[in-house]
Amino acid sequence: MGNRNVYLDNNAATRVDERVVRYMDRFHESDFAVASSQFSHTPGIKAKDAVEQSRETVAKSLGAGTDEIVFTSGGTESNNLALLGIARGAGETKRNRIVISAIEHFSVLHSADRLAREGYEVKKSPVDGEGFVDTEALSRLVNDRTLLVSVMHANHEVGTLQDLAAISAIAHRNGAYFHTDASYSFLQIPIDVKKTGIDLLTADANMVHGPKGTGALYIRKNVPLSKIFEGGYQEYNIRPGTENVPGIAGFGKAVEIWDAEDVRRTALLRDDLKDRLVRGIEGTLINGPQDMKKRIPNNINVSFNYIEGESVVLHLDMRGIAVITGSACFSRALQASHVLLAMGFTHERAHGSIRFSPSKYTVPEDIVYTYENVQDVVARLRELSPVGKK
Amino acid sequence: MSLPYSEKVIEYFKNPKNVGEIENADAVATEGSPACGDMVKLFLKVDPDTRVIEDIKFKSYGCASNIATASIITELAKKKSIEEAKKINWKQASDALGGLPPVKVHCAVLAVDALKTAIENYEHKRGIVTKKEPTTVKMIRKRLARVINPLTGLDVLKVNFVKEISLNDGKVDILVDLNSDHQFAGNIKEEIKERIEPLWDIDRVEVLFLDQAVKAEKP
Repeated sequence: MGNRNVYLDNNAATRVDERVVRYMDRFHESDFAVASSQFSHTPGIKAKDAVEQSRETVAKSLGAGTDEIVFTSGGTESNNLALLGIARGAGETKRNRIVISAIEHFSVLHSADRLAREGYEVKKSPVDGEGFVDTEALSRLVNDRTLLVSVMHANHEVGTLQDLAAISAIAHRNGAYFHTDASYSFLQIPIDVKKTGIDLLTADANMVHGPKGTGALYIRKNVPLSKIFEGGYQEYNIRPGTENVPGIAGFGKAVEIWDAEDVRRTALLRDDLKDRLVRGIEGTLINGPQDMKKRIPNNINVSFNYIEGESVVLHLDMRGIAVITGSACFSRALQASHVLLAMGFTHERAHGSIRFSPSKYTVPEDIVYTYENVQDVVARLRELSPVGKK
Repeated sequence: MSLPYSEKVIEYFKNPKNVGEIENADAVATEGSPACGDMVKLFLKVDPDTRVIEDIKFKSYGCASNIATASIITELAKKKSIEEAKKINWKQASDALGGLPPVKVHCAVLAVDALKTAIENYEHKRGIVTKKEPTTVKMIRKRLARVINPLTGLDVLKVNFVKEISLNDGKVDILVDLNSDHQFAGNIKEEIKERIEPLWDIDRVEVLFLDQAVKAEKP
């Protein structure tokens, strides 16, 4: 089988594109000043120009206005800002209900938990066996006392893409705002915030070959959002603190050079890996949509019957392949994936789940190498397993 | 690369010793469940005269430390008398592996439990238990409390998964809330039998599934 290094954890972090790294260097080495007002010194204005250029690029990619984009430290902060910020910004209102889905990222789930502790009524919409929000159940949960509906566009574990327009319609029919965490779908799937009816949208630079520690929140004009920590007047007085100029510049560059052809190629590699696993390894179950078009192009998640995921991950790691599992053994909290459990799967299925996420840097040889090694590891672990038919 | 595991754990994980099953084993024990993410099954062959563990094999579902500790336990117990083997504790297993990450200690405990249960089962089966108490339904329930339902991760007594237990003259019938064609039916049946059958005064254990019980009722 030879030896390769194959990185298939792009739903967690991506390799930063060389062009992005080179562009960012400038803002560390020479144009390092604080981005400041137009009445400041020249280095400050240069930095400010770079930030504004990125803002324009990111805004354009979403069909948003430039004054509707606020840069943050990443997806987690954007999600916190969306949920906590709207609760702070709404002020005194009879609307005290927040509706989210059961499969949100921890940054949304735990922000909602915080609001629940502060007196908000938080409702979680169930999902079906493929991870799709049950829109009928959702519309029963959203009422005229609902302040915000927050449902992620693509799920980080199983890649399920939600029907944002339908969910937005449910929120708006009831006068609620609609937030979507698009961290995992941003650019992978084109989104027009105006046409889709989105009030708040989270994006993360590191999911699109941009730097870590940089994200954005789209805030539709006139949405009453308040800052959630105190400081200066940066980012329209919504996100205080010195702008992360290199990060923001790199984010803009990553968006600028994004190529839809890479998305198409990545999807083909993903499809190829899926086909090999399903055909070649008996007892491979797909987690998430069976129809690959209904999930992000860079995600496939499967469970292998009768074996546990951490062992698979460790064996593959020793062969140079980087993937993750939804197994409790693997998680910092020692809990099985809440996403897979919410989809109605048994703990055993969650413990046996493996996520493979390729990127534009993945080549066909990586897929073959991964498949051959997965097949071997699964066979070895099944040989060892006391469960299942032999 | 800094893995959280010692080199020894990794070595046993990659090349576990004493893997497999023993046909006509003198004792078998299973601890844990796929639902909890960890499961160990041990098979013993014991010399009836010397009571020395002649052969011991294991199967494991779980993470690296689960596989490594189960493997090391088989090595520590092999060729020991059952009295000596009973004294093996998780600390010895962990030390023999060059230590385990704190969050993985429960894996070592699980493997040690499996060894203890296997020896206990052997003693019951051979009638060499020190106190020959007659089995009661209460004792059966106590043993069943360690069988985990892989669907829920809870023991089979919780949420009334075990619907009925009857004990009659060394014969035990257990009705479970599952159909016989379920993916885990075989495993659950095997585990329940394994827990109860070794008891010194039990001759036969039947595990009945819902569909079978319903059929049986029909004339």
